[in-house]
Amino acid sequence: MAYKYETVIGLEVHAELSTNSKLFCNCEVKFGSEANTQTCPICLGMPGVLPVMNQRAVEFSIRAALGLNCKIASYSKFDRKNYFYPDLPKGYQISQYDLPLAYDGHVDYELDGETKRVRINRIHLEEDAGKLVHADVTGNPNQSYVDFNRSCVPLLEIVSEPDLRSPAEAIAYWRAVKEILEYVEISDCNMEEGSFRCDANISLRPVGSKELGTRTELKNKNSFQHVMTALEYEEKRQARILDQGGKVIQETVLFDINTGRTASMRSKEEAHDYRYFPEPDLVPFEVDAAEVERIRAALPELPAERRKRFVEEYGIPTYDAEFLTATRQMADFFDETARLSSDPKGSSNWIMGDLSGLLNNAGIEIQDAKVTPAHLSELIELIKNQTISGKIAKSVLPDVFETGKTPKQIVEEKGLSQISDASAIESIVDQVIEENPGPAQDYRDGKQKAIGFLVGQVMKATRGKANPQMVNQLLQQKLTG
Amino acid sequence: MLDSGQVSSVELTQAYLERIEAVEAQVRSFITLTPEQALRQAEAADRMLATGEAFPLTGIPMQIKDVMCTAGVRTTCASRMLEDYVPVYNATAVDRLFSQGAVMLGKGNMDEFAMGSSCENSAFHPTFNPWDLGRVPGGSSGGAGASVASGEAVYALGSDTGGSVRQPASLCGVVGLKPSYGTVSRYGLVAFASSLDQIGPVGRSVADCALVLEAIAGHDPRDATSLPLPEANYASGIDRGVEGLRLGVPSEYFVEGIEDGVRRAVEQAIATLESLGASVREVSLPSTKYALACYYIIAPSECSANLARYDGVKYGYSDQQADDMWGAMEQTRRHGFGPEVTRRIMLGTFALSAGYYDAYYLKAQQARTLIRQDFATVFQSVDALVTPTSPVVAFPVGDKTGDPLQMYLIDVCTLPVNIAGLPALSVPCGFSDGLPVGMQLIGPHLSEPTLLQIGHAYEQATEWHKRFPEL
Repeated sequence: MAYKYETVIGLEVHAELSTNSKLFCNCEVKFGSEANTQTCPICLGMPGVLPVMNQRAVEFSIRAALGLNCKIASYSKFDRKNYFYPDLPKGYQISQYDLPLAYDGHVDYELDGETKRVRINRIHLEEDAGKLVHADVTGNPNQSYVDFNRSCVPLLEIVSEPDLRSPAEAIAYWRAVKEILEYVEISDCNMEEGSFRCDANISLRPVGSKELGTRTELKNKNSFQHVMTALEYEEKRQARILDQGGKVIQETVLFDINTGRTASMRSKEEAHDYRYFPEPDLVPFEVDAAEVERIRAALPELPAERRKRFVEEYGIPTYDAEFLTATRQMADFFDETARLSSDPKGSSNWIMGDLSGLLNNAGIEIQDAKVTPAHLSELIELIKNQTISGKIAKSVLPDVFETGKTPKQIVEEKGLSQISDASAIESIVDQVIEENPGPAQDYRDGKQKAIGFLVGQVMKATRGKANPQMVNQLLQQKLTG
Repeated sequence: MLDSGQVSSVELTQAYLERIEAVEAQVRSFITLTPEQALRQAEAADRMLATGEAFPLTGIPMQIKDVMCTAGVRTTCASRMLEDYVPVYNATAVDRLFSQGAVMLGKGNMDEFAMGSSCENSAFHPTFNPWDLGRVPGGSSGGAGASVASGEAVYALGSDTGGSVRQPASLCGVVGLKPSYGTVSRYGLVAFASSLDQIGPVGRSVADCALVLEAIAGHDPRDATSLPLPEANYASGIDRGVEGLRLGVPSEYFVEGIEDGVRRAVEQAIATLESLGASVREVSLPSTKYALACYYIIAPSECSANLARYDGVKYGYSDQQADDMWGAMEQTRRHGFGPEVTRRIMLGTFALSAGYYDAYYLKAQQARTLIRQDFATVFQSVDALVTPTSPVVAFPVGDKTGDPLQMYLIDVCTLPVNIAGLPALSVPCGFSDGLPVGMQLIGPHLSEPTLLQIGHAYEQATEWHKRFPEL
């Protein structure tokens, strides 16, 4: 049934910028504060107030746009988008209509081993609205309240062309955008807190057709899973309608996570004429090319580039590269450790293995850990120069994690230095051979494995500090010699 | 007098409060009186004067049009919608006056949300012209014009979107100035039409207005449309005279409906200016005929958005009688707004709507560019223009309320100035049947010093500013 039709999806991603203050006033942008404590006359739309541009928001927007390979408009302005709603204090939203900040970009993403490209139509800046609180919180079905903490928070809207061809592609693209925005550090992209959401448009058309079908829209989603399920459902629903010769109605649909279905949302807001006109309280702004270049030069290496470099320059497997670039901070940590230690493979093993284990248990991110790239590099060095064994190192790392002391300090404090002096070990080796004639003879008789037991005994006697390779060597010498 | 200590600010303020008590019942130029605050401010002003840290306006009692936010003092915009609204902040212009020791007697009556030309659109009560209490004082800053004319305030702050400072000044026989757009911060001025609104002083003399402008003008980081002007210096240099200045008289402003008495007075005033050394020539501004339509599309469009915030959710009047939220919003706006405001919101919403935007709003903005260009061209050959401020003198209360379009036509001489963002000064220039006539001086952008210079020269050569209404 589904193969007669081609699915066409476009995504509008909204990201709240992580500026210190709101888009048009000085209020803080923190999440989770008590209702209506981050407000002022301006973001409350009181009579007589005027908006003033937050310059950092423009800079952040340009950073994002460059990260998404867009062209930056040299002349841009704000417009009023007019509609009534209790969470919109002025009765209009200051947004951008016909001259957005950026346009004509693209994002490449991976899906099932293939690289796909989605074109970006435009990126614009606008203010967010407040948040409505209904009966489920107030307990009163006849009353809702508004919290204006979120009003006027800067929102970046990223509009894609309808280049996506499946729900899975939509999610992969959405993830790719999230990664880029996190990398350029303009939004914390926290979906639970609502700072990263999307609207999705989906339509079907007969395979081979160039015209777009009628689309339905999913609004304000902040969960990858929800969007995936909702779009899959819509795909099937639309196909069914078309199969029966019917017409899809253009409308907004609501997704119910419990039933896994979408339902029509026939409401007043459907036929909206926003009566856009240029915002008279703000001056149009011109972004000069030099400024754009300055921002471009300061951009960090983006995730896809970085992964490629890790594979090519450091020779680590793609899987590792993906793990290590999950966040920019982890990629930075790895880069630095690899550089300091000159051992990319070792660095990657430690980070992906023991360090990640410690981070997960403690529930913290790598940038908040007491372990630094220098520490890790030192640890790798200590193993390389045989000061400690790999096994001992594994016990040192948790101490570094806990205390922030350097590996060297801990090795010294705890006396963990490997004993690599043959003469020191020799006497213990002799003793162990003497105390264990059975295994010793087994080895002489050809049972190679018996040496393991003897090595273990030497390690025990030296409390793990003997250099295992040396122990092995000495035992072999003495047993066979 | 204050400087020399002949009289204290408290004494002065008390004298004005007494005057208000004597005539306010007849004139009704105030919405809210603030006598206690005024006396407190007067005391503080006297302290400033004593230490020698005073400004020219320190201790001088004045009125603020009720369209400007005054923290802690009811600010109604003469509307039911904000009848009990108390702002939490001061408008920048108000703040600047207060920090210089000004004394506020109260909030001035006006047409609701600054929409009107007669002060009859106030939701509370009209204001009456001190020269003839059966007539209007003009609008929308009717309270400003009337209070200065009646001696209830030394000066007043008004706001001018299409003539609302100049026209009441003209009808009340006092001086009114609309500064160049961007000169005075609009922060705290409840918005009517964002690209046209400006705050301006009304006073007894050109010099007074110059002093007030000096106190309130200048860049404000809270207003993105305010200009980065150098230190305001308007008062010095107003006595430079008009010798050698070139004045233009645009034929289009002597419109068909102009009263004979007005025409005669203005023509006489032009002759006086000539005798003082100015050269006068006739000029033409062909785009003037588009100004009225242009204004009555742009202003309502912007106001329809500016007044969308009054929905009863956050502040102000809120009608809770309806069955649901949308019903409540509709009722709030139906009962909160008066008929003229409603009319303009509807006009503006229509002009911006899909299918009509291009034909109306966009077209009007294009016409606006032509009007601006016309002025720019004409100012290449003259330093200022002289026109009547209003084609009519004060008309009887109720005369024009039956026909909104008739009312709109009154502003025909003042509107083009706001559209072009230029400065203009209205100066009393005579009487017609016992009622004041005003002459308007229009100059290029930021030419306030020139206008003040011309106005002052004319004023000092005539006696109009010395006449007071009998109350």
